[in-house]
Amino acid sequence: MKRYKIIVLAKQVPDTRNVGKDAMKANGTVNRAALPAIFNPEDLNALEQALRLKDRYPGTTVTLLTMGPGRAADIIREGLFRGADDGYLITDRKFAGSDTLATSYAISLAAKKLMPFDVIMCGRQAIDGDTAQVGPQVAEKIDIPQITYAEEIEKIEKGKITIKRRLERGVENVECPMPVLITVHGSAPDCRARNAKFLLRYKHAKTWTERQQDTEDYIQLSEGRPYLDIREWSVDDLSADETYLGLSGSPTKVKKVFNVVFTAKEAKVLGDTDAEMDDLMKDLIENHTIG
Amino acid sequence: MNNVIVYCEIEDGNIVDVSLELLTKGRSLADLLNVQLDAVIIGKELKGIEHQVYPFGVDNLYVAEDSRLYPYQTLPHASIVSKLFGEIKPEIALFGATSIGRDLAPRIASALKCGLTADCTSLEIGEHEDKKKKKTYKDLLFQIRPAFGGNIIATIINPETRPQMATVREGVMKKEIKSMSYKGKITKLEVEKYVREEDFVVRIIDRHIEKSKVNIKNSQIVISGGYGVGSKENFDLLFELADVLGGEVGGSRAAVDAGYITHERQIGQTGVTVRPKLYIACGISGAVQHRAGMDQSALIISINKDPEAPINQIADYAIIGDVGTVLPKMIKYYKKNTK
Repeated sequence: MKRYKIIVLAKQVPDTRNVGKDAMKANGTVNRAALPAIFNPEDLNALEQALRLKDRYPGTTVTLLTMGPGRAADIIREGLFRGADDGYLITDRKFAGSDTLATSYAISLAAKKLMPFDVIMCGRQAIDGDTAQVGPQVAEKIDIPQITYAEEIEKIEKGKITIKRRLERGVENVECPMPVLITVHGSAPDCRARNAKFLLRYKHAKTWTERQQDTEDYIQLSEGRPYLDIREWSVDDLSADETYLGLSGSPTKVKKVFNVVFTAKEAKVLGDTDAEMDDLMKDLIENHTIG
Repeated sequence: MNNVIVYCEIEDGNIVDVSLELLTKGRSLADLLNVQLDAVIIGKELKGIEHQVYPFGVDNLYVAEDSRLYPYQTLPHASIVSKLFGEIKPEIALFGATSIGRDLAPRIASALKCGLTADCTSLEIGEHEDKKKKKTYKDLLFQIRPAFGGNIIATIINPETRPQMATVREGVMKKEIKSMSYKGKITKLEVEKYVREEDFVVRIIDRHIEKSKVNIKNSQIVISGGYGVGSKENFDLLFELADVLGGEVGGSRAAVDAGYITHERQIGQTGVTVRPKLYIACGISGAVQHRAGMDQSALIISINKDPEAPINQIADYAIIGDVGTVLPKMIKYYKKNTK
């Protein structure tokens, strides 16, 4: 049976979904530091689709690729615990401040280093920015087709992959030759839980940088166990052109940021008159709760 | 300065609403900048399509017509638009934040190495001073959008690259006819010069309408009903409000037990736990079991006839009134204040 090589792009994000009252500062704005760093939810949906292909086509490998600071190695470990085979962390101070275009440039270089592959999968979008841009931009930079909003990978046959897409008003089934980049929609099945066997096997999977802080015992542990290596790629490793990276390589700039203020500790009591409803909706639109 | 252009989406031979809304916005931006408004339409059987867009103030319409260009596919549309933008070098390019626009625009932005801002809620023209470079940029597009799960509002600019690209969701901008007699100029693109044969590698097997599964947990806005809603029919009002606000409908255990709503939508200790940005509790008294599933919501509005309902203790706004009276007013005034 044919085996495939799959790359899963994953991002570590602050958990912006569950901003409860405990993550609010006294002035009503969000305390970003109080938000836990998590595996971007739709990237988990993508990982599950990749693992299902691995279940169905034995010998298929799933490689995780993430970009971020050193602590983003947690994302790779999380993926290994759930069934991925290996992972790479793209990390370098020079990447800081990258917008989606600069990010997709760096990721596309890393993906090219992993060629040949059959499929790149990633979540439709990340919850910290909700742009849904990096997937299509990586596909463009590698010059491969993209299939967005996948809900299910139906089959692979004769080098072609069949995918069910979730669109605004329905579904679409498409067939596309590989290699292809697929972005996975949140309506796809949730990712499987961690597997106890993989948890034991990869517990000490670390990057070179993390290992510098290890005690002697752990260094010995990783000797002769290459699967415990999470490889790090820097700007130099990717032979990246620095003019396309970081803040200077990002065409979009943030001019201004305004913190949304969630007010009211005590209930404001309203009647049901037109004037009161009009004012309420204006307030909610004004403070960006709705609209 | 060059023109403003809108990519117009087609569905069954008609330009979709979001594209018409963007033409209206594009027209006003073009007027502010003292340039013309362009539009590009890609599809099949497009005879007479210009009459759908001219009234919105389109000066130059580019049309690419080929039987293979409808339904929409990423690669051929991206090739045509990227090449066209390369030739006419628009100042600003607008796309609907639809499943098509959000698939297409990033691919084009990548090919042209220019900046793109997704899901803008407002577009303005303004000036920017770069203190480090000691340079002032006039007439930039200010792209305003929520980020970070709606907790911040950011103003994004693209000082150096062109076009300045943005996507906008349906209903955000207002659709307005400029003049029924407005006339533009049409340019038909020679499709063969714009697409590659390999752009047609993806085959659409079929498409059909299929409802998505309920996803209350990840919804930023939850409209929830209790026994006090009174009937299954009254729940339609909740669905209507959810539809308008882009949220999901949930219910209390009592509403589920009464058969007003299905179990998969139950919120509370024995249902799902939600922590949305906005929770509207309709006719819910607020038993502890229910509150356990929603009291971490960022903003809570309660609608209840009883001013003493326990839910009001945790609500940010307590509306004392009947659900059947209040919800239609909320819908009405939401629509009035967003258009």
